[in-house]
Amino acid sequence: MFDTLSSKLNGVFEGLRKRGRLSELDIAEALREVRLALLEADVALPVVKDFISKVRDAATQVEVLDSVAPGQQVIKIVNDVMVEALGGAGAVPLNLSAVAPVPILMVGLQGSGKTTTSGKIALRLLQREKKKVLLASLDTQRPAAQLQLQQLAERAGVASLPIIAGQTPIEIARRAMETGRREVYDVVILDTAGRLSIDMALMDEVRAIRGETNPAETLLVVDAMTGQDAVNTAKAFNDALGITGIVMTRMDGDARGGAALSMRAITGAPIKLTGSGEKIDALEEFHPERVAGRILGMGDIVGLVEKAAEHVDEAEAEKLAAKMLAGKFDLDDYAKQLKQITKMGSISSIVGMLPGMGAAKEALENANVDKTILAKQGAMISSMTMKERRDPDIIKASRKKRIAAGSGTTVQDVNKLLKQFDDMSTMMKKMRKLGQKGLMRHGLGAIMPKSMQQRRPY
Amino acid sequence: MALGGFFNKLKAGLTRSTEKLTSGITAAFVKRTLDDAALEELEELLLGADLGPAAASDIVENFRKSRFGRSVTDQEIKDALAEEIAKILEPVAKPLIINRSLKPHVILVVGVNGNGKTTTIGKLALQYREEGLRPVLVAGDTFRAAAVEQLQVWGDRTGAPVISGPPNSDAAGLAFDAMTKARADGADVLLIDTAGRLHNKSALMEELAKIIRVMRKQDPTAPHSVLLVLDATTGHNALEQVRVFKEMVDVTGLIVTKLDGSARGGIVVALAEDYGLPVHAVGVGEQAGDLRPFAAMDFARGLVGNVGQSQ
Repeated sequence: MFDTLSSKLNGVFEGLRKRGRLSELDIAEALREVRLALLEADVALPVVKDFISKVRDAATQVEVLDSVAPGQQVIKIVNDVMVEALGGAGAVPLNLSAVAPVPILMVGLQGSGKTTTSGKIALRLLQREKKKVLLASLDTQRPAAQLQLQQLAERAGVASLPIIAGQTPIEIARRAMETGRREVYDVVILDTAGRLSIDMALMDEVRAIRGETNPAETLLVVDAMTGQDAVNTAKAFNDALGITGIVMTRMDGDARGGAALSMRAITGAPIKLTGSGEKIDALEEFHPERVAGRILGMGDIVGLVEKAAEHVDEAEAEKLAAKMLAGKFDLDDYAKQLKQITKMGSISSIVGMLPGMGAAKEALENANVDKTILAKQGAMISSMTMKERRDPDIIKASRKKRIAAGSGTTVQDVNKLLKQFDDMSTMMKKMRKLGQKGLMRHGLGAIMPKSMQQRRPY
Repeated sequence: MALGGFFNKLKAGLTRSTEKLTSGITAAFVKRTLDDAALEELEELLLGADLGPAAASDIVENFRKSRFGRSVTDQEIKDALAEEIAKILEPVAKPLIINRSLKPHVILVVGVNGNGKTTTIGKLALQYREEGLRPVLVAGDTFRAAAVEQLQVWGDRTGAPVISGPPNSDAAGLAFDAMTKARADGADVLLIDTAGRLHNKSALMEELAKIIRVMRKQDPTAPHSVLLVLDATTGHNALEQVRVFKEMVDVTGLIVTKLDGSARGGIVVALAEDYGLPVHAVGVGEQAGDLRPFAAMDFARGLVGNVGQSQ
């Protein structure tokens, strides 16, 4: 079973929370688990060691050992060290303070996402900073790579350097800068071919391109799924080129992203942007505190809200929320909600973003909750009359039989759905009573009926 | 190509990917007692090669049982380590056999973005051409910019016909039409490229399942092989990739790419232990000829840096 860093750490610290005080033995045990978890999250070994020693130094200080809730403090220390290691709070913007046209050089291994990222950065600079951007592909290695960038440029609505077959990368770079000057571009993005860090000839070539164009930013593009090799890649590119920033791609995957920690530690360069999707606008600033929180299982509430905003119809959501608070939430509303959840992705990935839900996430994965259940529930609700949806209490034996037949399910399934809906209504009533403050104080546990904590939430 | 030259080329590719581990082992184990500290160092070296904590600790525990306290040389460690690893890999080292009677043997190539699916298809096409087969390529990545053109270049390089549809067209429909065409033309192998997709995007995974459903309307036994392409630089996420792709599209085998870099692809060992899926081939370069059969002992030796020993 694949253990995520967050569930691992939750396991460790749930144990710690229950104890009043920490002995050095406790810390050592927790650190062993943290080490293992970091390794499983693909943080590179030398970086793990450094991280662990930093946490140990902070954790063994007297104030921690004698404090009232040491477990909480250790969690905080681990989190703080993680945030710090990822670059401290706040995002670092792209540096465009150079004489126009400002060159940005994109480098990285094959398939890390350089070309797609180039297109995304171009769009971002155009839309947010009203820059006039020229995209130029220096990739003469991979078939159709130049064409790919040209097509991306069209999608982004920015210019791309006309393709001239047979030119070398350095000739293209020169031509791109000349064109940039002549046609008064603000920024020229130079997308290079993917290269292995050990390929001396190609590393020399990109070094020459760097010398020729003197880029304001040399961005190393790295796949968030990268394993231990992150160290070698980061070191080789940094030694050869002097990396000024890192872009982590495929952050929308389910990799824990330990490579981010490795990359930052090895190069010392800030992670500036993250790619989180195939759409050309799926590029975000990197927020160390959010990513640390997600890695450590503190939840990524901001990420969840953003994800929700992306997929949920806001007006619809507000209507639903108002109904919930008024206690008028019916099965029809539930069906609408199901649809929105389905759009947001797998349930376990959503639950994984909630604070303190690491264990629940694992339980969900084990329970094999999938969208077929949601689809089933949707079908059952579709088989109900409007009256039944508004007032599920009227659904008795013969109605249940009809609904089951209509939706291709069984009466037991219908019973389950009704029971769950009943649980949900109870939960909402409690939520109303507790109010916002109570919810914050008692957490989600306070509103979840026992039966739902043990089973699936839907 | 003579067999000897063939293996040399494979080793040349793998050697480069293992220099660091090699020097690490050499540094750690030049004639010393295999004590706790030494075993810990060994475990760390394996971890650094992406074997993952579980596999690394298994292997080290085996070492502890058989060799603890003995004075060992660098060479002994390398040999024993390679043997341990090869034992795990041996059962999964199986070439992909094309069934010539199927006409066509349908191969669906899947994986996450950027791991080398299209390049691998180009390499497979060349290999089949050299074996005297007639491969046909299908540009099933209708999403990514210029993906069709990229495959077309590979078609031109290898002399394999490429079937493509308009941008953003339905990949399942394209696959269905391609099967009809390939059958009519008497093709031996139909290699279907697909758009890269992250395994946690359920809508995209469902789309892949649909491609298979639609193909089965024409041939209930298709696809005859589903190849998952894995990037050797991937860490633990490879386990999750394999799990989900296997569940959704019933992957029949793996191809590991980018082994010519500094990544050592140690996660393959963990994959062999966890899933036992056949590893058909490894990619060691960007050229058409840079696809090698996966040989357990060679891979293991490459992993521990004992390349010169097998000749």
